[in-house]
Amino acid sequence: MTTTDVTNGAAARIPAVGATPVTVPAGAASSETEGITRGRLVMRRFVRNRLALAGLATLVLLYLLALTSPLFAPWAYSEYDYTAFLQAPSASHWFGTSQIGEDVFAQTMRGLQKSLSIGLLTAAVSIVIASVVGASAGYFGGWVDRGLMWVVDLLLVLPSFLIIAIISPALRGDSWILFVLLLGLFAWMITARILRGMTLTLREREFVKAAKFMGAPPRTIIRRHILPNMASLMIIDVTITVGATILLETGLSFFGFGIQPPDVSLGTLIRDGSTASLTTPWLFLFSGGLLVIAVLAVNFVGDGLRDAFDPQSRGGQRRQQKKAAPAQKAAF
Amino acid sequence: MTMFDTDVLADPGGDRSPGAREPLLEVTDLEVSFPGEEGRVRAVRGISYHLAPGEVLGIVGESGSGKSVSSLAVMGLLPPQAKISGSIRLRGQELLGLSDTELSRIRGRRIAMVFQDPLSALTPVYTVGDQVAEALLVHGGRSMSRTAAAKRAVELLDLVGIPRAATRAAGFPHEFSGGMRQRAVIAMAIANDPDLIIADEPTTALDVTVQAQVLEVLKTAQEVTGAGIVLITHDLGVIAGTADRVVVMYAGRAVESGTVDEIFATPRMPYTLGLLGSIPRLDVGRGRPLVPIEGQPPSLVALPPGCPFGPRCPLHVEACDQAEPELLTAPGSGRDHQVACIRSGELASADAEAEELAAEIYDAKDVDTSAIDAASRADRDAVLDVHALVKHYPVRTGGLFRRTVGAVHAVDGVTFDVRAGETLGLVGESGCGKSTTILEILGLEPPMSGSVQVLGADVATLSRTDRKRIRRDMQIVFQDPMASLDPRLPVRDLVAEPMEIQGFPATKIADRVPELMKLVGLRSEQINRYPNEFSGGQRQRICIARALALEPKVLVLDEPVSALDVSIQAGVLNLLNELKVRLGLAYLFVAHDLSVVRHIADRVAVMYLGKIVEIGGVDEVFAAPQHPYTQALLSAIPVPDPEVERRRERVLLTGDLPSPADPPSGCRFRTRCPLFLALDESRQARCIEQEPPRSPALPGEPGARVADHEVACHYAQIRAVV
Repeated sequence: MTTTDVTNGAAARIPAVGATPVTVPAGAASSETEGITRGRLVMRRFVRNRLALAGLATLVLLYLLALTSPLFAPWAYSEYDYTAFLQAPSASHWFGTSQIGEDVFAQTMRGLQKSLSIGLLTAAVSIVIASVVGASAGYFGGWVDRGLMWVVDLLLVLPSFLIIAIISPALRGDSWILFVLLLGLFAWMITARILRGMTLTLREREFVKAAKFMGAPPRTIIRRHILPNMASLMIIDVTITVGATILLETGLSFFGFGIQPPDVSLGTLIRDGSTASLTTPWLFLFSGGLLVIAVLAVNFVGDGLRDAFDPQSRGGQRRQQKKAAPAQKAAF
Repeated sequence: MTMFDTDVLADPGGDRSPGAREPLLEVTDLEVSFPGEEGRVRAVRGISYHLAPGEVLGIVGESGSGKSVSSLAVMGLLPPQAKISGSIRLRGQELLGLSDTELSRIRGRRIAMVFQDPLSALTPVYTVGDQVAEALLVHGGRSMSRTAAAKRAVELLDLVGIPRAATRAAGFPHEFSGGMRQRAVIAMAIANDPDLIIADEPTTALDVTVQAQVLEVLKTAQEVTGAGIVLITHDLGVIAGTADRVVVMYAGRAVESGTVDEIFATPRMPYTLGLLGSIPRLDVGRGRPLVPIEGQPPSLVALPPGCPFGPRCPLHVEACDQAEPELLTAPGSGRDHQVACIRSGELASADAEAEELAAEIYDAKDVDTSAIDAASRADRDAVLDVHALVKHYPVRTGGLFRRTVGAVHAVDGVTFDVRAGETLGLVGESGCGKSTTILEILGLEPPMSGSVQVLGADVATLSRTDRKRIRRDMQIVFQDPMASLDPRLPVRDLVAEPMEIQGFPATKIADRVPELMKLVGLRSEQINRYPNEFSGGQRQRICIARALALEPKVLVLDEPVSALDVSIQAGVLNLLNELKVRLGLAYLFVAHDLSVVRHIADRVAVMYLGKIVEIGGVDEVFAAPQHPYTQALLSAIPVPDPEVERRRERVLLTGDLPSPADPPSGCRFRTRCPLFLALDESRQARCIEQEPPRSPALPGEPGARVADHEVACHYAQIRAVV
C-alpha cells in the first residue's frame, strides 16, 4: 500500500468507516438557532454594554468635532487676534484667548485631534508588535524566543526618551506619523514580555494541544486560541498606553521635541495653561477636561471589549438575564 | 497517658464498653448557608445522622450535594460568613457555638480529618516526621518531650505502612508519592487517638492500587484507635467495601439512609437506584445497560417546592411537586432504613434486583452491538498498528552544558493494534506511560524506535499533506473537558474548528454543526454559548462532537469519563457505545478504571512501566487474568456490592511504581510482585535476569484453545479475582 492511500485502507471488508453520514434530516437544521462565529458573538455582546457604546460614541464625536471644527469655528488655530489678549470665553472666542491672542477653542480642537491620533495609533502599533513578538516567542520557544527576547532586552535598556529626543529633530517637517511609529517602537517591550509569559502557560493547555492534533498551523493557533485568551490583558494595556502616550508626548514637547509650535497638542496646551490655572482657568480647563473625557472613553470601550471577549464576565449577559426573568415568571 | 499503647491495641475502643451504644456523633437538623451572588446558597438543608463508636458511616452524593460542607461544619472549619444552625454533638457535647479556641482543643485530638488532596494537607517546608510530631506536641502539652514526640511519630508512620519509617520521617512531603503522603496524613489524624475521623474523599486523588492500600490503612487506623469514621465519597464501590451504614445526599439533604446492605440491595429512592445503576461493574460484562440520570442537580439558591430530585426523576408525578418529602422509615425494611420519597412503597413492591429495577424505571436500553460485533477480528483491517514503540525522555544535568545523564523510559516497546469497529482499552496506573503512548501516536512524527501505522500508512514516511489527511481520520477526546475546550470560543466555533482547519466550505460547516450537536444529544439552540455555561457531561459531549466533526475512523479517548460524576459518566459511556455502532468507529480508550473498560472495551491491554504486560479480549482477561499485575489491578477495584466485597480476597501491592528513569532489571514488575515473593531463589533469578516475553496465555481450561490473550510473565498462572 502506498503512503498516499490513507483514506481507503480500512474500507475494504467491513463497513466500519466513519464516513457514514449521520441521519439527520437536512431540513431540520435550518429551523434551529443559527450558529454565529465568535467575531459576531463578541460584537453582539459588546453592543449590549451601554457604557462601552457611550464611550465609543464619545470618542467618535470628539474626533469628528476636532476634524470638522475648522469648517465652522471663527478662528483658525494658527491665527492671532491682536485685539484680544487673555480674554475669558465669549461669543467670538468660545474658549477664550491666550496671552498672545490665540483662540483657545481652535487650539484645543487641533490639540485634541493630534493627541487622540498619537495616543490611539501609538497604542495600536505597540500592541500589534507586542502581541506578535510575545506570542511568537512564547509559542515557538527555542531560538525564536531567545532572539526576540534579546531584542526586547536591548530595547528595554536603551533610554527611549533620549533616543526619541535625538531622532525627532531629524524627522522635523516630516509627517507626525513617523513620530507615532517612533513612540510605538519604544512602548511595546514590557507588554511583549508579559504576553510571552502568558503564552508559555497557554501553550501547555489542552485546547492548544487539541488544535495541534487537528492539524492547525501555528499562526492559526496563535490567532484563534492564544491571543483571545490574552485579550483582557492586551485591552487593559492598550487603554493605559493611550493615556501614557498622550502624557509622554507632552513631556517630549516640553523639551522641544515631538509636536512643535505653531502646531499644538493637548499636552502642550495643558503645559502652557497650567501655570496660571487659578487666574485664567480657561487656558487649562478645556484641554484638561477633554483629555480626561477622551481617556475615560477609551477606558469604557476597553472594559466593554474585555467583557465581550470574556465569557465569564456578566457584562455581556446582563440584559439577556433581565429579558429572561419575566419569561420565567410567566412559566410558573 | 501514652497514646494507644499495647492495651489499647488489644482492646479497640479502650474504656468504651460496646454495650452502651451511646452515639459518638449526633448531627441534628444541620443547616449551612453561604452568601452568594444571587442570594443565600443553602448548601446543607437539614441533615441528621448519628454515628456509634467504631462505626463507619459513608456519606455519598454527587459533587455539590453538600456532603463535604456538612463535615466541615462538624470540624468547625467553615468560613465565618457561613451561617450554621442545628446541633452537632460529640459524645453529648454541643460543638456548634464553641469558639475557635475551644474547638481547636477538640480538633486534632478528638476529631481528626483526612483530606482529599494529601499534598495540600501537608506543609511543604517541614519534614513529614516533624509534622506528625507537631500534631502530638500541640495537644500533648508539656507532658511530651520533643524527642518522645519524634519517636512516636516514627512509630505512627510505621503503623500506617511507610517502609523504613525512621529514615522516611526526615523526608519532605514532595519526596513522598501520593499514596505515601495520604498515609502520613492518616498517621497525623490518628496521632492523638481520636474518637472520630472524618475522611473527605481520601482516595479520590489516588490510583486504584494505592486506593486499596489506603483504605486498608484506614481500616487499620480504625481498629487501632477504635474511632468512628465518617467516610465521604462519591464512589459507591468504596462505600460498599468499607462502610457499615450509608447516607445518600442530594441537594443538601439526606434522601436515603440505612445499613450498607439495605442501601445496596433494596434501595427505595429513585436517586439511589439511579446511582447504583449508573456504575459500570467489574463483575458484570457488557449487556447490562448503564443508567444515566438526566439533567443536573438543582441550584441551591432558590429551590422550588417539592422534591428537589423531581425534575430528574423518572417516577416523577404531580404530587412530588407539592412538598419536599420527609425522611421516613422505608416501607418493608428495618427501622433504620429511611427514605425521602413518596413513591418508595411502589419501589418496595417491585420484585427485581436493584440494578434491573434501575434500568427498568430509568428506561435504560443496551445498545445493540450485534451489527458491529458480527465480523470476526481476523476479518477486520487494522486501523491503528503500533509495533515496538519506544519513547525515552532524556534526563539532563542542570549545569551549563546540560549533559544527558540518563533517560526516562516512558514507553519501552509497546505493541498492539486496533481493528476497525473495535475498542481497545489501555489501562495502568498513572505514570505507566499510557498517555505518552497516545501522544506519540497522535503526534504523527517518526518514533524513536518501532513503528506506528495509522490506516495502513506508516507515520515515519508521511508527507505533510498526508499527515494533514490522516488527522481527519484520527481524533482525540481529552480527559478534562474544561481544559480541552478553549474557554473563549463559543460552541459553534469549537465544533467547527476541525472543519475550518481542513478547509471545508462555510455552508457545509453551517449545516454540519447542528447535526453534530444533535448527534451527541445537545440542543442546537445552545450553539451560541460559551463552554463555561455547560455542565461537565455536556462539555464532554461538545468534545466528542468536535472529534466526530471530520467523520474519523479512529477516536482516541484519554480517560474521557474520569473527571465526571458517575451519573453523568453513564450517559457519556452510553453515547460512546451508541456512536460506535452507528458510525462504525474504532476506539483507543485509555483509562485507569477497569470497570469502565470492562463495560466499553472489546479488548484490553494492561500497561506497566512502559510495557504491555497482558493483552487480550476483555472477557478472557477479566475472567482469567494471568499476570500478577493484572490480578492486583482487578482486585483493587471495589465492586459496588457489599456481599461481593466481603467475599473478595484482595491482592495488595506493596509500594509505589518504581521510577521509569531507572526501571528494575528483568521483569519490571518484580519489585512489587506478590508472586515473585513466593518463588524460590533459583526461580526468582529468572525474573531478575530475563525480561519475560509476551507469549500466548495459558488456556482457561486444559486443552482449550486460547484465541486472543497474551501475557508477559515467566510464571503466569490463572487466578480469578473478580
